[in-house]
Amino acid sequence: MSDRALRIGLPALVLAAGVLLWDLVVRIFAIPPFVLPAPGLVLTTLIVDGGLLWHSLLVTLLTTFEGFALAALGGIGLAVLFNQSRLVEYSFYPYAVILQVTPVVAIAPLLLIFLPQPLAVLACAWIVAFFPVLANTTLGLNSIDHNLLALFDLYKASRWQVLWNLKLPSALPQTLAGLRIAGGLSLVGAVVAEIAAGSAGAGSGLAYRIAESGYRLNVPRMFAALLLLSLAGVAIFFALSAVSHLMLRRWHESAVKRER
Amino acid sequence: MQVDVDARHKFTLGPAGGRTRVAARDSIYMAQPSAPSSGTIVSLRGVSKTFESGTVALSNFDFSVRAGEFVSLLGPSGCGKSTALRIVSGLGEASAGTVEWPGGTAQIGFVFQEPTLMPWANVAANVRLPFTLGRTDESSSAAAVSQAMARVGLAEFADAYPRELSGGMKMRASIARALVTEPQLLLMDEPFAALDEITRFRLNNDLLTVWQELRRTVIFVTHSVFESVYLSQRIVVMTPRPGRVFAEIAIDAPYPRDERFRTSVDYAGYCRHVADALAKAMGGAA
Repeated sequence: MSDRALRIGLPALVLAAGVLLWDLVVRIFAIPPFVLPAPGLVLTTLIVDGGLLWHSLLVTLLTTFEGFALAALGGIGLAVLFNQSRLVEYSFYPYAVILQVTPVVAIAPLLLIFLPQPLAVLACAWIVAFFPVLANTTLGLNSIDHNLLALFDLYKASRWQVLWNLKLPSALPQTLAGLRIAGGLSLVGAVVAEIAAGSAGAGSGLAYRIAESGYRLNVPRMFAALLLLSLAGVAIFFALSAVSHLMLRRWHESAVKRER
Repeated sequence: MQVDVDARHKFTLGPAGGRTRVAARDSIYMAQPSAPSSGTIVSLRGVSKTFESGTVALSNFDFSVRAGEFVSLLGPSGCGKSTALRIVSGLGEASAGTVEWPGGTAQIGFVFQEPTLMPWANVAANVRLPFTLGRTDESSSAAAVSQAMARVGLAEFADAYPRELSGGMKMRASIARALVTEPQLLLMDEPFAALDEITRFRLNNDLLTVWQELRRTVIFVTHSVFESVYLSQRIVVMTPRPGRVFAEIAIDAPYPRDERFRTSVDYAGYCRHVADALAKAMGGAA
């Protein structure tokens, strides 16, 4: 069997075994659906509640993408700013770290007080997602080839040319690695904020559906929404990996296939 | 401009003076300038360089190059040859002494020990870099770019990315980039040191061909006696720590030089002569 077949086949086998075990456990112990619904019921709920859940998914995804876009912009922008001015870096980097290390779950309720809900959700997504972009891009900007920099000096390149023609392309692999992490995290941020807002009850995102279904003991719908969420996360990860691969495949070692 | 060269000769051939210098620039090693064609393009006078760590890389380094000349700086690692090259290029600053450009500062092409290509750009874009940074648009530099690539034998690799090239081909691309603006002065910092011997010989030959076609000035840094003799009109042997000129040796063999020269008795003689000087330069410092 080829490596590729194993990579797809084995996880699929594990999934099938897991689902089978899950189904057996529910049947054998006669677990009621409001505690643990059988996989079949989750799937049925997914179809029956499809319209509602699909709409909620779109709401959450939209927040995620907005948060992601802002995180990308903010992360790269701050990294460039820090790279251009040491004073700005010294002044603000510690606060970027503080924002990162403070659990977003703890910040979300505050944000919900200060901001209208959609904006608070967006802010949460941004807060968790911008830091990996900032940290990775900073690393990339700081690890440029010194001889290339000397060469740019020799040809009297402007500061802007050094940034645009040397530093940013050179940092691209690290920036993309940061973006790949940020994609997943912006979903986490959006979900956390929606859950936090859940009790306020004004939202319509997927995480809000989970919270709401929890109150109503509609556990099958909770599972269905959870399933959609993790599928969305997986899709985001693969999409960003594909983008990264496309942008690097011609020149970066990480994206190059080697024959042995 | 000529004064500079003359002054050095008087100094060197004069009877007394600084003991080490006179001993070092023994008349046996002192060359007569082989091609007294045009004037001096650049000269370093009494240049010293002390790094922040306290390392003295160059001390009272005197050196000048005539336009169109192929000169090698030869010495063991740590003798400050690269430092001297960086000072000529303006990438490094001398702690003391002056760099003089009698005919005005020359346009410079620099080839580093590593190919130093942008991995994200293909060969053509790498070679075009000096024009890109000089804000020359692509259409008006296209001819120069393809000519430079053709000159080093990379015409068919314009679209290739650096990682798809062998070490020798990367270095060719690096040389094409340095030549693309047809600079008056080409500075090369041990460009072939990391290559295998076969590739290095081939690149030596191609470099000489290009030099003869373009007739630009080349300052070539190397630690290889054989390479310096094969390529140069004049070899400046340097002492290590601190770096200064120990001897200047003219290689009067005619160009074009090829494999016949590499296997000739003359070549072997020059190599022995230069190796001898290098050994003395290093012995003096030990």
